Amino acid sequence: MLRLVVRRLLQLIPTLLGLSVLLFLWLNRLPGGPASAILGERATEAEVTRINRALGLDEPVYVQYWRFLKRIFELDLGTSTQTGQPVWDEFVLRFPATVELSVAAIVIAVLVGIPLGYLAARHRGGWLDVASVSGSLIGICIPVFFLALMLKGIFAVELGLFPSYGRLSTGLDATDITGFATLDGLLTGELDATWDAIMHLVLPAVALASIPLAVIVRMTRASVLEVLGEDYIRTAESKGLDKRVVRGRHVLRNALLPVVTAVGLLTGSLLSGAVLTESVFSFGGIGSFIRTSIDARDYPVLVGFILFIAMVYVLINLLVDLAYSIIDPRVRVH
Amino acid sequence: MALLNVDQLSVTFGGRGRKDSIAVDGVSFTVDQGQVVGLVGESGCGKSVTSLALMGLLPEKGVKVGGRVEFDGQDLLTISRRKLRDMRGSQLAMIFQDPLSSLNPVIPIGIQVTEILQRHRGLKGEAARKEAADLLDRVGIPDPRRRLKEYPHQLSGGMRQRALIAMAVACAPRLLIADEPTTALDVTIQAQILELLKELVDQEGTALLMITHDLGVVAGICDEVNVLYAGRAVESAGRRELFAAPTHPYAHGLLGSIPRLDAPRGEPLRPIRGSINDKIAWADGCAFAPRCDYYTMECLTGTPELTEPRTAGHQVRCVNPVLPKAEVSA
Repeated sequence: MLRLVVRRLLQLIPTLLGLSVLLFLWLNRLPGGPASAILGERATEAEVTRINRALGLDEPVYVQYWRFLKRIFELDLGTSTQTGQPVWDEFVLRFPATVELSVAAIVIAVLVGIPLGYLAARHRGGWLDVASVSGSLIGICIPVFFLALMLKGIFAVELGLFPSYGRLSTGLDATDITGFATLDGLLTGELDATWDAIMHLVLPAVALASIPLAVIVRMTRASVLEVLGEDYIRTAESKGLDKRVVRGRHVLRNALLPVVTAVGLLTGSLLSGAVLTESVFSFGGIGSFIRTSIDARDYPVLVGFILFIAMVYVLINLLVDLAYSIIDPRVRVH
Repeated sequence: MALLNVDQLSVTFGGRGRKDSIAVDGVSFTVDQGQVVGLVGESGCGKSVTSLALMGLLPEKGVKVGGRVEFDGQDLLTISRRKLRDMRGSQLAMIFQDPLSSLNPVIPIGIQVTEILQRHRGLKGEAARKEAADLLDRVGIPDPRRRLKEYPHQLSGGMRQRALIAMAVACAPRLLIADEPTTALDVTIQAQILELLKELVDQEGTALLMITHDLGVVAGICDEVNVLYAGRAVESAGRRELFAAPTHPYAHGLLGSIPRLDAPRGEPLRPIRGSINDKIAWADGCAFAPRCDYYTMECLTGTPELTEPRTAGHQVRCVNPVLPKAEVSA
């Protein structure tokens, strides 16, 4: 078990190195650059050169890369050309919001998706099955930003049930400890802050949950249908076991194996991909920061972000594999 | 009265927009306590469907089951699902063909044994584990305490089938149905498993319904044999009578097709020609007629009835039974 973890973490090093080389070559090829983004269209040659020199962009790409490598071992991802702050600090500031949003979305997707998929399979061909299958198709098809705008328009603007932007109401006196707004309220006993943060989370989390939810419903349904036809389910029935035991211990336990993998991968993609939802709800997470960084050609932020996401992916995959080895004895590592 | 009395059992699969297909077409047989009865036939003849119908394990949708299955005086086809659930595992138990796929891959063997003890005998915790270990020991699994913690993939094929047998006999059922229990095993293991089943029958007086396509298994263990073809019994007899004088051309062909070790070198095998065809129904005459060497026009004039052309109790469904030459001329 420990050997697997160590091996996987070591594999992370060549992965990140290769990725960073690709990124440097690719960004170097991009037209424009931080200088023209900062100065605008009518920048003079002299000003561009001055800024490029200040940012170290006038040197050959391999020199830039070498400098980058040296820095990265000190966990220094460079300085954002937009804000002038260290990239790492910018991430620390914003990532908790993204994690909070992603976790809320995946929790919604799992809590709704697995029971729905299971019931759809059990009542195959019934109205619930038809509704959840076609509903999940719609869920996959609707662009997330459109859904986000619709939710905001109806539930925040028209009905006023939820706040329409941000993570906390302005003017609310909330203490910031961890950066996780919901958690901070619980830690400090400011339950009104936690409640406020949860209300702010609902709409963006629902919008973000739409695709994972659809995927989980479909996977659970297909997986349950497959397991229901397995010989060991017939064996369990032949033993006269209670329906609850057959369903819980024999059907669900096996049917959820592939769903666990899917949930892991979906979580990874949520952590990297909440760009549009965060923008619609001005959620101040890493997604909206990346969007502005692309506009600003903020190379250090982009490189740092992509490497960071790659790392998150690898770690989540590792977690999924470890979880899998616990729930499926056939792949247990010795 | 027999423990199990199957009377005109029929199973029809149908679905929305699909033509009904008859899998079992009026099969009747009885099994007494302590008796081993075989259902024999090739793939698709309705053996497994018959066994699943007895256990109430056929899907509820799209299946029509007719006739009577009397077990200890109760009709299993009409009692409530709940009552049947109570009887399954305790009074009736089943052993399946493929031991690997019949065991839940992600649950230790121990729990798969104790769950049935808990369900029907109310055993829990250490008492259940002890009983489970005793059961594994009884079916010949060495080091049962350790095996309880292991998963199906960690056991050998024969061991897995033994574990399934342990589950089936856990509550001392009165009827055990074994659906091709040796098919997925290699020959030496097959013999051991048959030996084990025989032992259980002898010791406990359990009735055993043996479903197989293997005539070797039949010869080794069965008291009575029913040969099935296309969903109907074509020959029913005691084992000795059947092997001494197979009378239906199909049974005759089955026995004739067994390769013999004492046959001269180079002698060709004698298969039954053709293959089973589920489009041919018994209503139009004998379903075996297209493959039969003894076929006459008479075979197509109506459904042949079960008769006893040789000895009492030796039933054959054929208008041209295979009889010794002397008897034919007589």
